[in-house]
Order: sequence, then C-alpha cells, then structure tokens
Amino acid sequence: MIFPLTPTLLSSFSPLALSSSSLPMLKINNIEVIYSDVILVLRGISLSVEQGQVVSLLGANGAGKSTTLKAISGLLLREDGAVTRGNIEFDGQRLDRMAPEEVTRLGIVQVLEGRRLFQHLTTEENLLTGALIRSDRAGIKQSLEQVYEYFPALPALRNKTAGYLSGGEQQMVAIGRALMAKPRLMLLDEPSLGLAPLLVRDIFDIIHRINKESGVSIMVVEQNANVALRAADYAYVMENGRIVLDGTAAQLADNADIKEFYLGLTAVGERKSYRNVKHYKRRKRWLG
Amino acid sequence: MNWQLLPQFAITGFLNGGPIALIALGIVLIFKSSEIFNFSQGQMLLIGTLSTWWFWAEEGLGLPLWAAIILGLTVSAILGLLIERLTLRPMTGQPLLSIILMTLALSQFLQGMAILTFGTTQRNFPAIFEVTSPYKISLPFFTYNNNPMMLILKQNLVWSFGVAMLCVILLWAFFQYTRTGLSMRATAEDHETAQSVGIRINHIFGISWALAGIIGTVGGILIATASGLDLSLPIVVLAAFPAVLLGGLESIPGAVIGSLLIGLTQGLVALPNNDFILGAEAAQVIRSSSEIIPYIILLIVLVIRPDGLFGQKRIERI
Repeated sequence: MIFPLTPTLLSSFSPLALSSSSLPMLKINNIEVIYSDVILVLRGISLSVEQGQVVSLLGANGAGKSTTLKAISGLLLREDGAVTRGNIEFDGQRLDRMAPEEVTRLGIVQVLEGRRLFQHLTTEENLLTGALIRSDRAGIKQSLEQVYEYFPALPALRNKTAGYLSGGEQQMVAIGRALMAKPRLMLLDEPSLGLAPLLVRDIFDIIHRINKESGVSIMVVEQNANVALRAADYAYVMENGRIVLDGTAAQLADNADIKEFYLGLTAVGERKSYRNVKHYKRRKRWLG
Repeated sequence: MNWQLLPQFAITGFLNGGPIALIALGIVLIFKSSEIFNFSQGQMLLIGTLSTWWFWAEEGLGLPLWAAIILGLTVSAILGLLIERLTLRPMTGQPLLSIILMTLALSQFLQGMAILTFGTTQRNFPAIFEVTSPYKISLPFFTYNNNPMMLILKQNLVWSFGVAMLCVILLWAFFQYTRTGLSMRATAEDHETAQSVGIRINHIFGISWALAGIIGTVGGILIATASGLDLSLPIVVLAAFPAVLLGGLESIPGAVIGSLLIGLTQGLVALPNNDFILGAEAAQVIRSSSEIIPYIILLIVLVIRPDGLFGQKRIERI
C-alpha cells in the first residue's frame, strides 16, 4: 500500500524546509481554553511566531490576550484553566499540559502582567532568580552584565529591595530577569501597564534592541497599539476570544479600522477628537 | 523577691531558648515556602531523636555517637521528604485548612508510630557535652552580702545554645549565598512567579520539609541530651508555637528572637520566692505556670502587633 504524501509530510521530511527561517518556532493550532470547566475564554486561536520575530497581540480588556500567553507558558494550569481543543507546539514539542517551570526550562520565559518581582529580594537577587535554570557560572555573569548594559539605571539599584523600586524600574528588572534565563522566546504581558508614556517608549525601544541584538523572539501583549505596532514585525488583533485581524505591523498600522479604533486617527491620518463621535458608533466590533 | 537569683534564672532561661529556636525555625521554614503551619513538627523531631538514640544504643546498632547523629538526621530528612511527597503533594490545590488539619492528623500518626516502634520507656540519651564541672562566672555589678555573685551555668546549656546559634547562622548563610537558598526565598514570596522563572516548586517544598526535619531533630537531640528522652519530647513545640507566632510566622530572625524571649520569660517565671507584690500563694501559682506564660505574652503581643514582632510587611506599590 502506498501512503499518500501530503504537503505537510513532504515539508517535514525535506531538509530544506527544516533549515528555512520561515519555519515557525511557536505554533498555536486552533486552541480553545476553558476556565473552571465552564467559562469559554479562547474560541479557536491560531497564530505563530517565527525565529527572531517580534509579534504583537492587540485587543481590548477581556479579549483573551493574557489567556493566550498563559496557555503558552503553562500558567493556565495554576488558574484552573485548560486547553480543551487544539495544541501548542514549540520546536515540535507539545506545550499544552506542560507545567510552567518545564516550559520555562525549554526557553520560553514569560514576563507576567504587573511585573511581579520578588518584593523582598534585592534587584540583583531578582535578576539572579532568572538564571536559576542555568548552571554556567561565567555565562550567568555575562548575562548580568548584559542586562545592566541594557538598563543602565539598574546597577545603582542592585542592592535595593525590589518592592520599593518605581514602576518603571520594576518593569526593567522584570524584563532583565527574563533575559537572565537566556530565553529563545520571551512573552511580555502588557509591559506598558501603569507606566508614563515616555517610559513606555523607552521600554519598547529596549525590547526592539534586545530582539535585534540577541535574536530572541518576542511575543508582546498590549492594549497600547501605537507603541506595540512600532516595535513589532507582525501583529494579531483579538476580540472576544478570537483573532479578528492579522498582518505585518505595517499593514495593520495602515488598516482603516485599526487607525480609527486603536490609534485614534481618521482615514486622512489626522488625530480626531472622540467627543465628535457618537457613542454607539464607537462601540463597533468586528464580531457581533 | 529573691532578686539575687534574677541574673541566674534570666540567663538560664535565655539559653534554654536556643534549642527551641531550632524547632521554631523548622515551622517557619515550612510556613514560608508553602503557607502550611506544620503541627507535626514535634513528632517529626521525636522520631528523628529516637532514631538517633537507637543508632547509638546497645539495644540498637551501637554505633559511635557522631555516626548515630548523622544517621538520625538523615532519617529525619527522609521522613520530611516522605511526608511532603506522600501526604501533602496529593493535596495540592485543596484548601489550606485541610492541609493544616492533615499535619495535625500526621502528628497523631507519628506519635503512634513512635510508640509502636520504640515503646514507651524512658531512654538514657548519651551526654554530648561535659556534665560535671559547670561554668562559674562572677558577675561584675551584682553582690551578695558583699561577696561577688556567681553565675553557675551547666556546660551543656551553654554548648547547646552555641550549637543552636551555629545552626541558625549556617541556615542563614544557606539562604543568603546558595542557589537553592535563593530558589527557596523566591518560592516563599510568590509561587506563580517562581514557577514562571523555572523553579520546580515541588522540589522546594520537599527540601523545606527535609530541612525542617533536620533542624528540628538537632533541637530535639540538644534537649534530649540535657533532660532525657521519652515520648513527651514533642511537648517542646508548645514553647515553639508561641515563639513562632511572637516573631511573626514568616520571619527567620523573628523565630529566633521569639524563642529566646519565650525562654527568658519561662526562666523569669520560675524564679523562686517572687512574692514581692502578690504574696506567697500567688507566687506559687505563677511559678508553676511557666507553660502558660508564653501564651499570655503572645496574646498581648498579637493584640498590639497582629503580624507578630517581625512579621513581613506587604510592600504595596502601584
């Protein structure tokens, strides 16, 4: 009997396809996530992140962005959530059902929403916890110096208790801690949350730099479409647990709906005042 | 009041707090890492101490004392690991209260096991320190009938205290300077974040239980070498519980200072002839209440400072 050679089978056998850079490192295939066995939060999400890419996940509150990240990092399990359909693959390895600490050890590190430092540890101790999964002493030291180079404000704070740092400083430590793990993919959950606009800009500039210099892939969840699109290569827009739009950052920044609803620009490109828009019109959604 | 005896009793009580501190530390360790208040600490150290005795005794293996102590500590570490693995890990996700009640049940189970395996007879625990010649120190400012006052301290009291404090320092250094220590401190702060940086928190829980077993047993051995070994040894946790709460459940220095304070008050309460205010009859009552006094102090402190003396403040920053 002859097995039919499907295109997917073919490509997985071809060495050319394996070495190709367009092979996604992270692939989410049509996942459905349910919390506490009853609350359906994600209704079939598919997305992929390629090696060295920055991917943004945009959307309003409650769209399911953070849940998507938690499904990847495994933290979903801690909140009584489960992937009930579809699967998540990282370099061909299934991630759904894997404990969060094991996902981290594979090289996927999440920077949790709201920074979540170890409050009573010092700045440097917080950074070092990021490297607990590594055992190369020299490499860890080198990473620490690299983090201090990315965030020049941190060396002066190295012995300060992390809980007393400012919001911006805490975000830097949180990103630095993730970098200490030498991740292959970094998941950032709303790094702009509660930060002054200028600081948000700085943080995204550094995210961009980290991506370009160390080649780590980054997936960032944001409500602030403006900064997120500037730093990203590719973006997905989520609403009500579904992906409603996706494209390269340039395509999305050009999209009329995105302009109107996320960037606050009219079709001509000028800023418009929301005072002139009728309330019901503002509530437009892609899905009814 | 017989004030001439005050320094003697105060210092004896204070030094007695040393071994209690180790037992209190075991409770704090487990509480810090997993928010479980371990009611079976006393029985864990009973089994550890009894095994140490068995490894040493003629009826048992008859090993040299140092080997018996090492083996006894190993047994208590394994016991801690087993408890964590067999009874607590399957309960992950259950309400904390159920888990805490589980430790209460464990304490009864372990006590029963101790009776079954070792019997109920009083054992002679070997003397680790010199028993005869006590230290005599003349006090500088106190005099009695124009003679300088002497402080008489049993050698094993002083050395037990020294060993206990050495253990405290070692434990502190372990937390401060090792990678496992850092993982444990991180886990104590926030389980979710700890997992997200790749710490296997189940391993950390296991290590905490093993460590708690070890230092508890060191405390148990120090107590047994001074006052003999029988099945009532777990009663020492009645002094360790208020010490832990007094210091603030999550604080390691708090547990140590709390224990020393408890020791000190117990010493002061035992002071003979302290009938200066209430009369002889009341003094007799107070003297025989050294087990209750820590709890009375605990009550007063908790009313004033609900987090204990050194409880961790939650840092809130938005």
